[in-house]
Amino acid sequence: MHSVVCIKQVPDSAQIRVHPVTNTIMRQGVPAIINPYDLFALEEALRLKDRFGGKVTVISMGPPQAEIALRKALSFGADDAILVTDKSFAGADTLATSYALAATIRQIAKETPVDMVFAGKQTIDGDTAQVGPGIAKRMDLQLLTYVSRIVSVDQEKREIMVERRAEGGVQVLKTSLPCLITMLEGSNQMRFGTMPDMFRAARYEMKFWDKTAAGIEDVAKIGLKGSPTVVNKVFTPSPRSEKAEMIAVEGGAPADVAVALLAKMAVRFPVVEKELAKRA
Amino acid sequence: MSEGTQVKKKRKIVLDERLQAYKGVWVFVEHERGQVHPVSWELLGEGRKLADMLGVELAGVVLAAPGEEAKGFCQEAFTYGADLCYLMQNEVLADYRNDPFTQGLTELVNTHQPEILLLGATTQGRDLAGSVATTLQTGLTADCTGLTIDPDNRSLLSTRPTFGGSLLCTIVTLNYRPQMATVRPRVMAMPEKDASRSGRIVEHSLVMAEADIVTKVLEFIADDSRDKPQLPFADIIVAGGRGLGKPENFQLVWDLAEVLGAEVGASRPVVQAGWVELDRQVGQSGKTVRPKLYIAAGISGAIQHRVGMEGADCIIAINNDPNAPIFDFAHYGIVGDAMTLLPALTEAFRQKLATLKQAG
Repeated sequence: MHSVVCIKQVPDSAQIRVHPVTNTIMRQGVPAIINPYDLFALEEALRLKDRFGGKVTVISMGPPQAEIALRKALSFGADDAILVTDKSFAGADTLATSYALAATIRQIAKETPVDMVFAGKQTIDGDTAQVGPGIAKRMDLQLLTYVSRIVSVDQEKREIMVERRAEGGVQVLKTSLPCLITMLEGSNQMRFGTMPDMFRAARYEMKFWDKTAAGIEDVAKIGLKGSPTVVNKVFTPSPRSEKAEMIAVEGGAPADVAVALLAKMAVRFPVVEKELAKRA
Repeated sequence: MSEGTQVKKKRKIVLDERLQAYKGVWVFVEHERGQVHPVSWELLGEGRKLADMLGVELAGVVLAAPGEEAKGFCQEAFTYGADLCYLMQNEVLADYRNDPFTQGLTELVNTHQPEILLLGATTQGRDLAGSVATTLQTGLTADCTGLTIDPDNRSLLSTRPTFGGSLLCTIVTLNYRPQMATVRPRVMAMPEKDASRSGRIVEHSLVMAEADIVTKVLEFIADDSRDKPQLPFADIIVAGGRGLGKPENFQLVWDLAEVLGAEVGASRPVVQAGWVELDRQVGQSGKTVRPKLYIAAGISGAIQHRVGMEGADCIIAINNDPNAPIFDFAHYGIVGDAMTLLPALTEAFRQKLATLKQAG
């Protein structure tokens, strides 16, 4: 069983701050992590290897420093890692990204056929959830998104059964390998890396693939040139035209503040008054 | 959300002649188990505005199994603003599956050429949107919080949070059509239903047999929704954030919610800290809500949270920091200690409800 897991290095968004005066992102000191959703994908691939043998290859497209994320993945037990990195990838949107990653996976499959491709359900920086489906369509793989559980795998028949989160319920789906799965959060828990894996990860000779090594055939489809969407502007939202009406009373007793608030609200928001009346 | 400071870079968009033929606004009408997802009606409301700005028609798109049910969905789409519906029926479309739905929607787009295609950012809509956009080789913007038309060049301006919800950005699609976008449930207002409206149904067949489809649906296990929080459709929500200090203090939020018969919400940090379950997270990475009353205690009001709740009719914010951004968009603000203010509000609402009851 050969699984390829797509991961992305992202800034830890919980720690991003916006400069209060210039309204620019303050990137300094924000730690880079493996996109947390990708860890569920990686763990699931490692479990398949535990059960069926084979190998797990992790790939990432990004700047040279994304190597750190790949080494982390190796320390959890992945066998191989490839960083797809090339200046010409800069400015790629999801369509251009899925083109480059699909080409990369095809190159990998030339050496060892790929049975499964895994991705997280989305990233925490882009939040688009589009690259996984994009890779599946470009490679003509069966697509299973938001998978909460792999129920069974029949290696001989090359069939897989999964539970997929749908609106209002869970779909139980059966499909054929190779397929692409995006894992739902909470579907498993990432293991701790073993000592030998940690040493191996530290010594591992990282593979850096540029666009030629990744098998990119059409340079018009990568980077900014291959991206239908562009960011027109970035901005901070402005306050409402009127700021909040601040409720303060003499003496500041909480009980008085609460009563004052309710009195004001009853006049200005009949819609809330009506809702409260329903509950009385 | 209107824009404050901004970095503006105007791009000139020139469309190939072939792409200029793309006209009209489409909304994918999502359904599961005989129910249309409300996000589809919300999108029709928004799509109506876009279509009117462009002076084009608004169409609903229904892919379903043969039968009368799907025609009923089309009729309902007319009452929410659609001028026409494209209806594709085939047994293989009985349950949502990526392959037949991607092929069906792609065929419809290639045949009728809409300039804008909107889908709900649900598990179904996102699965389908990403696949269709790749197949059509066009642009797709996920989780938009605002949609409008650039009057200079008729292109769709899609606004969405970026950088983990700390800034907003506006995205345009260059020389590609259709322009695709997904919007999460409850981000757009539900339009008024107009039962007098009607429209025409354009039927389109899909040549596909079950034998052509690799993935099979074995079973659908419906959620037991009785115990699950239903934040998106709650009319009153009491939410707590990191400002409450420690998990035990969150009980004060529950107390107020109980008196009000309200749902309990939370900001991302306290969900990540494990104080409350994931289903209660309000914001860009959680649920989007539109209650009549939203009470936020100890929540600073980062964009990530704001985009999830600013559709509330009335927002009350309690925070001990007078400079907290939440006071920029709340309707009422109280600077002070949530530990004493929450119990005071609980008592005041209890009395208020008693008075309303007496008044009958």
